[in-house]
Amino acid sequence: MQTTAIPKRDANMSLAYLVIAFLAFGIGAIAGLLQGLVRGGVIELPDWLNYYQILTAHGVLMALIFTTFFIIGFLYSGMSKTTGGLSNFSFNAGWIGWAMMFFGTAMATAAILLNDASVLYTFYAPLKATPWFYVGAALLVVGTWVAALGMLVNYAKWRKHNPGKISPLFAFMTVATLVLWLIATSGLAAMVLFQLIPWSFGWVADVNILLSRMLFWFFGHPLVYFWLMPAYIAWYVCIPKIIGGKVFSDSLARLAFILLVLFSIPVGFHHQLMEPGISEKWKFIHVILTLAVVVPSLLTAFSMFAVFETAGRRKGAKSLFGWFTKLPWKDVRFFAPMVGMLMFIPAGLGGIINASNQLNAVVHNTLWVVGHFHLTVATSVVLTFFGISYWLVPALTGRKLTKWVNRLGILQTLIWTVGMSFMSGAMHTVGLQGAPRRTDFTTYLDSVLGLSWMPYYKVMAFGGALLFIGGLLMIGLFLYMLCFAPKGQEEFPIAELGDNHEPTPRILERWRIWIAVSAVLILLAYGYPIYNVIQDPAPGAPPMRTW
Amino acid sequence: MHLHKFEKIWLIFGGITLVAFLITLGVNAFSHGHHPPSDLSRVQPAMVDQTAPFDKPGLVKTGENKYDLNMPSFVFGYAPNEIEIPLGAEITFHTTSKDVVHGFAIPGTNVNMMVVPGHVNSATTTFKKPGDYVILCNEYCGAGHHMMMAKIVVK
Repeated sequence: MQTTAIPKRDANMSLAYLVIAFLAFGIGAIAGLLQGLVRGGVIELPDWLNYYQILTAHGVLMALIFTTFFIIGFLYSGMSKTTGGLSNFSFNAGWIGWAMMFFGTAMATAAILLNDASVLYTFYAPLKATPWFYVGAALLVVGTWVAALGMLVNYAKWRKHNPGKISPLFAFMTVATLVLWLIATSGLAAMVLFQLIPWSFGWVADVNILLSRMLFWFFGHPLVYFWLMPAYIAWYVCIPKIIGGKVFSDSLARLAFILLVLFSIPVGFHHQLMEPGISEKWKFIHVILTLAVVVPSLLTAFSMFAVFETAGRRKGAKSLFGWFTKLPWKDVRFFAPMVGMLMFIPAGLGGIINASNQLNAVVHNTLWVVGHFHLTVATSVVLTFFGISYWLVPALTGRKLTKWVNRLGILQTLIWTVGMSFMSGAMHTVGLQGAPRRTDFTTYLDSVLGLSWMPYYKVMAFGGALLFIGGLLMIGLFLYMLCFAPKGQEEFPIAELGDNHEPTPRILERWRIWIAVSAVLILLAYGYPIYNVIQDPAPGAPPMRTW
Repeated sequence: MHLHKFEKIWLIFGGITLVAFLITLGVNAFSHGHHPPSDLSRVQPAMVDQTAPFDKPGLVKTGENKYDLNMPSFVFGYAPNEIEIPLGAEITFHTTSKDVVHGFAIPGTNVNMMVVPGHVNSATTTFKKPGDYVILCNEYCGAGHHMMMAKIVVK
């Protein structure tokens, strides 16, 4: 009889999320390939398809749909694993959330494919998509809330039945991620429900643009931490087990997550540094709060390498860096996320540049930024998600991660990394020269400058083509692990705490305190600017369709 | 809470670096005035053509070797779309949008700003090298976004 890591019904629900995630990933990958080839001047699109349409599809399906479905599926499985299965309530909430998210996604994707929503994944007003695009987005967000509620209730039940005990680290980190998500999406929901839906249906004449942009970026930056935190969960909790080590420090891990919740929300103005209507002082306050996120990143970097070193030394490594060779490089469950971690070092440095008051003027809205998020999200986070898939899918289906899947997985990781290095490297370089992001093929009337950028666009197209091959391979491996791999048992890796582990301070689990601190920080950073932009708004803008 | 000795050193070192970096940014911003473009003035998007200074787009001399260049942005261009600028002059660009959100960037300079309808935005630079420059839109604004540009000739 086959067995799975978690109750069968919980496993199937998580798998339903992963299937939609990889479906979105597949369509998004096709859009990505086309884009790279068009921009590199390799192909031209047929008349019935425009560049900005596939750009919107790529952004929405990759950055919003693939990530969100994958994350919720992963978090649900870990919550089930570490709290002893899901209650009926949580299980049902998981399915209801899935259905709402699925219908929301289908509506928004249909709108994009019909060319009624070529507004990119930031959908900045006053570009007006069909109202059904915004309704789809709202349905997607509310669906995630239902799914989040299911997990939060399961966590609360665990704590009620285990009084005085510290919660499992995976469950704690899941809750931190969801708290961040719920706070962040409140801004997006306010914008979509109160501003864009009434305005796009024509019930109100115009929209307060600056307010919509503030609300969008209130969500837009924490969103990147919503992608990153599940990857951190795998790094802190799952990878130590895979390499035969232990959690370095339970308290530090929890502290890092609390700091991420606190510092990743009141920072949105650093995305609006080049914008009118916001004074320099408010921008600078957000820059300071943004760079405070460096602290939990440093905590994470230290913890991870401490885990690697201790595990390597336990296996007999002697010299200063000898432990590095003792790591299981041939195990894709380690290799893929480890490459992601290493790529996060230059990615994080680029992020510091983006967030800096004056340096941002050089890179704002250039391809540098696109290169940056293809290193952070599309490499660090996505390679970690791939790494998770290699054990999670077999663990959920009751199958084996076979030797050749492991080998192909390593090949897949290499293709992805090489492709991304070419593409992101070219984007960073040409971005510094001022080449804009989000543009169709153009040489700016054959200007010297426009022509000088073409070789970089060709390199980007080459990198994009490699990434497409890597993406196809990943989808193939996913389907194999889902349906065809031999039956067996695969481990759901959850590491134990270290030997000389000290008790975790209880205050780290007092959510009321942390949510209150977060609210105070948000009020400090956003209270006055939002009050001001509502009290004394600039002239509003009527809706427009410019494509 | 217990912290490993190496972790403490690592965090103190990282923390000091962070503070030093923030102080540098702060001094640069508030003592040397290197702020990002943050104009607070406003204009009705539908009335841009009737509102000064955008009713007369172009170069205006404001002082000894100092000029204002008023250039409204719209789908898919800037007015005027070609302009000659004296070498070594300090130019302050003022723009606003008549319709959707645009970008206003001049590669090779620090001029890079968002153009949001309802708001005016401004940035100042000095062209020290003669030659052709391009103003381009770097925020997606619609089907002709990649054609949205203006030319600057510095002589």
